[in-house]
Amino acid sequence: MTAAVTVASFNLGLALPEIVLAAAACVILVADLFVSDARRGISYWLTQLALLAAAALTFALPDDTPQRALGGMFVADKLASVLKIFSYLAVSLTLFYSRTYLAQRGLFRGETFVLMLTALLGMLVMISANNFVPLYLGLELMSLSLYALIALQRESERAIEAAMKYFVLGALASGLLLYGMSMIYGATGTLDIGAAADVMVRGTPNRTIILFGLVFVVSAIAFKLGAVPYHMWVPDVYDGAPTAVTLFVGTAPEFAAFAFAMRLLVGTLSAFASEWQGMLLVLSLLSMLFGNVVAIAQTNVKRMLAYSTIANMGFMLIGLLAANSDGYSAAMFYVITYVLTALVGFGIVLLLSREGFEADQLDDLKGLNQRNPWYAFLMLLTMFSLAGVPPTVGFYAKFSVIWAAVDIGFVWLAVIAVLASIVGAFYYLRVVKLMYFDDPVDREPIQVRGDTRLLLSLNGAALLLLGMFPQMLMGLCALALTHSY
Amino acid sequence: MLPYLSLAIWVPIVAGVLVLALQRDGDAAAARWLALVGAVAGFAVAIPLYTRFALGTAEMQFVETVEWIPRFNVNYLLGVDGISVLLILLNSFITVLAVWAGWVVIEKRVAQYMAAFLIQSGLINGVFAALDGVLFYVFFEAMLIPMYLIIGIWGGPNRVYAAIKFFLYTFLGSVLMLVALIYLYSVSSSFSILEWYQLPLSLKTQVWLFAAFFVAFAVKVPMWPVHTWLPDAHVEAPTGGSVVLAAITLKVGGYGFVRFILPILPDASHYLAGFVITLSIIAIVYIGFVALVQADMKKLIAYSSISHMGFVTLGFFLFSQLGVEGGLVQMISHGFVSAALFLCVGVLYDRMHSRLIADYGGVVNTMPRFAAFAMLFAMANAALPGTSGFVGEFMVILAAVRANLWLGALAATIMILGAAYTLWMYKRVWFGDVANARVAALKDLSKREFWLLATVAAAVLALGIYPKPFTDVMHASVADLLAHVGASKQ
Repeated sequence: MTAAVTVASFNLGLALPEIVLAAAACVILVADLFVSDARRGISYWLTQLALLAAAALTFALPDDTPQRALGGMFVADKLASVLKIFSYLAVSLTLFYSRTYLAQRGLFRGETFVLMLTALLGMLVMISANNFVPLYLGLELMSLSLYALIALQRESERAIEAAMKYFVLGALASGLLLYGMSMIYGATGTLDIGAAADVMVRGTPNRTIILFGLVFVVSAIAFKLGAVPYHMWVPDVYDGAPTAVTLFVGTAPEFAAFAFAMRLLVGTLSAFASEWQGMLLVLSLLSMLFGNVVAIAQTNVKRMLAYSTIANMGFMLIGLLAANSDGYSAAMFYVITYVLTALVGFGIVLLLSREGFEADQLDDLKGLNQRNPWYAFLMLLTMFSLAGVPPTVGFYAKFSVIWAAVDIGFVWLAVIAVLASIVGAFYYLRVVKLMYFDDPVDREPIQVRGDTRLLLSLNGAALLLLGMFPQMLMGLCALALTHSY
Repeated sequence: MLPYLSLAIWVPIVAGVLVLALQRDGDAAAARWLALVGAVAGFAVAIPLYTRFALGTAEMQFVETVEWIPRFNVNYLLGVDGISVLLILLNSFITVLAVWAGWVVIEKRVAQYMAAFLIQSGLINGVFAALDGVLFYVFFEAMLIPMYLIIGIWGGPNRVYAAIKFFLYTFLGSVLMLVALIYLYSVSSSFSILEWYQLPLSLKTQVWLFAAFFVAFAVKVPMWPVHTWLPDAHVEAPTGGSVVLAAITLKVGGYGFVRFILPILPDASHYLAGFVITLSIIAIVYIGFVALVQADMKKLIAYSSISHMGFVTLGFFLFSQLGVEGGLVQMISHGFVSAALFLCVGVLYDRMHSRLIADYGGVVNTMPRFAAFAMLFAMANAALPGTSGFVGEFMVILAAVRANLWLGALAATIMILGAAYTLWMYKRVWFGDVANARVAALKDLSKREFWLLATVAAAVLALGIYPKPFTDVMHASVADLLAHVGASKQ
């Protein structure tokens, strides 16, 4: 597998969205220097424009069969296209929802936008990586940008603390990943994902070494997903970071983490599926049970949603551990719907915040139905979607992964999963209770930009519409998988 | 032909959404009238289901099918037989009453209140009409959301506890059913309930599936010992909420037994019949005694509901035409009678803001017309011949005696216990001297309340005196059901 690297094999066109984003990040970084504070909106709209351009380019890419680029290090397939388009969407919505919040906290600056773009670039590279090196580089680019984003609010001690914790633990996870990759490289003699998989299927590599590598790789994946017992950073980062950054950290990177798991476990180590299946099973069970139980004790919305993320990633892992194409597409559906739901949830928290006031306590949601029935309804949809109650899309997410478990004969796992979701329902219901059954404490009028209001409403309506007509998104996920693996 | 079932589901839901759109103006009167129009329209579109229903066939009627989620072979598949059609009518009828019952009583967030009832009504019609497992589950779960809000927002002092308990209890039951539904799909590649009737399953598998379905429906019915959510929910819910809970939501549990458990799992049903019958008898006898000692009128009626629903499950698991039909008649009758009793308690509560029996006495002196209605409904609850309560209970007792004399004797205690707790409550609240100044100041029924109770009274008497129009509809479907139960699937 030492194909001669020629200019033609670089096939740069396939990486055009990434190239455009990288260029846009540079342009915005420089252009922002020449923009006065009052006209910071220019950098903001440039960022949105860059996202739109990248989305259009990704959309236009032919992706019916996987195509290699950059000397085989980069792959453009349907899985990558779908995940990338949803990543742009998530970042774009994050920017729309957090504009007022950022402006009120002095974070509406070029640095924020550039760091978001570079983090996104890292995610895109991870999603399209077909070689251990770009996979690791993308991960690092994303992580470093995220550390900086979290610490962007310099005067906030909690934000700095969160960034430090994330950095230290993240560095450890990177170390684990590199160690694991080096073992796999040692056993197979190649860094290319496809080639390594080939060696494992056809060759006679040293299984012990690969198994050791696998353990480290799975640990790194679990860290990125926030699965128990690698979840420690999640609540602190979600809680400590400014809410706008929490929204960013909690949404688009989930796609990258999913792709990361797919490229490594399915792309590389599918010959060891029965081994990683057991590991993911443990991670999944611990995450579902621990995440849901601990979330009950939270009084802070952001921490509660952090534990909810942990629990939801546990559910998502059920799809992955099914180790078949139906399971993967169920997991992908789960991730996409989870991100769409989390966007609304954090969007509402952002909306209720104002200058000098973070609406991050559960009690701040009290009586929202009396203050604004529409936002209360959107949050209600979010909570029922996270709990997996029809007719919201969260139901079909749970439905798909439970089906994946039953289909491979793991009925007991399905039963534990649904029991865990009952525990989860308790704290989601409590949020609904606060909004609908209690009287408001905070009676300030909620002021929202028109575009935020519109997009948040559409985003919320999507939870309901996808819940009534899930076929399109399910079909897309299934198609993405069959065209990619 | 018009898609009557879709209309019965979507007319109330659309009306509910329209009512919600009105809430911005704070115009309560408009919301009330629109809600009433929506509820009446919902009932009107359900009527052709009865008038155009073909008797003498067990085939599903008014079938509609549209591909919905091809990924999992899920279809928007609707249809009714003689069992479900009556429940749809009952639900649409009760919704009108519930909207009407909240007319002037509900003052805060009127639009949301009315919308919750209308949307819930459409969802419940969906439960009764769905012939696809996923579609059924979606309606079955979604109907929890409006009731959760109804109890939580407009309920009594302990409403939060009751609302969350109600939701979690029923959610616990239904998620296990979801696993069972998905399991059935994984062995049959279909979510069509009617196809599952033909699916061969080993006894062991059937017993497991039985457990999952049983938890879901036993919680809904509710059967002893998973009944504890009901008294709490009833006591805290506003009158309209109690009416719908008792009259309709409990019937969803009973319906689940005849739509899923009996025909899909016949061998397990026979194998576990003794178990279910034992639980039913405990509900009838033990809960009957529990009802006797209640100090709170709503709690008393709640326990009476559990006891009466025990009769329904008892009738189903006798596996005879008489027993199953008796159970179904009992469901319809209990729908009217419990709704009427909760409306009566609502009438008193709106005036005195107390549900405690001890706060009343001699109401007949100040509210004679009301006392007459209450007497009729109390007698119906005690299964007096000539009222709807008698028909179902008599059929089930007859079926029980045929199966086993001692079983019949135990079942018949409901006649004594039912009369005891209902009439004793009636005596303490209505009869005797005027107990206090507040009772003395009571005003008799308003026009709205009078017609509300008169409507239910007419239904109770009609079903009691001439039940044939109801039982005729169900004959063929029940016979077909028993054929499924009788055929082993192993």
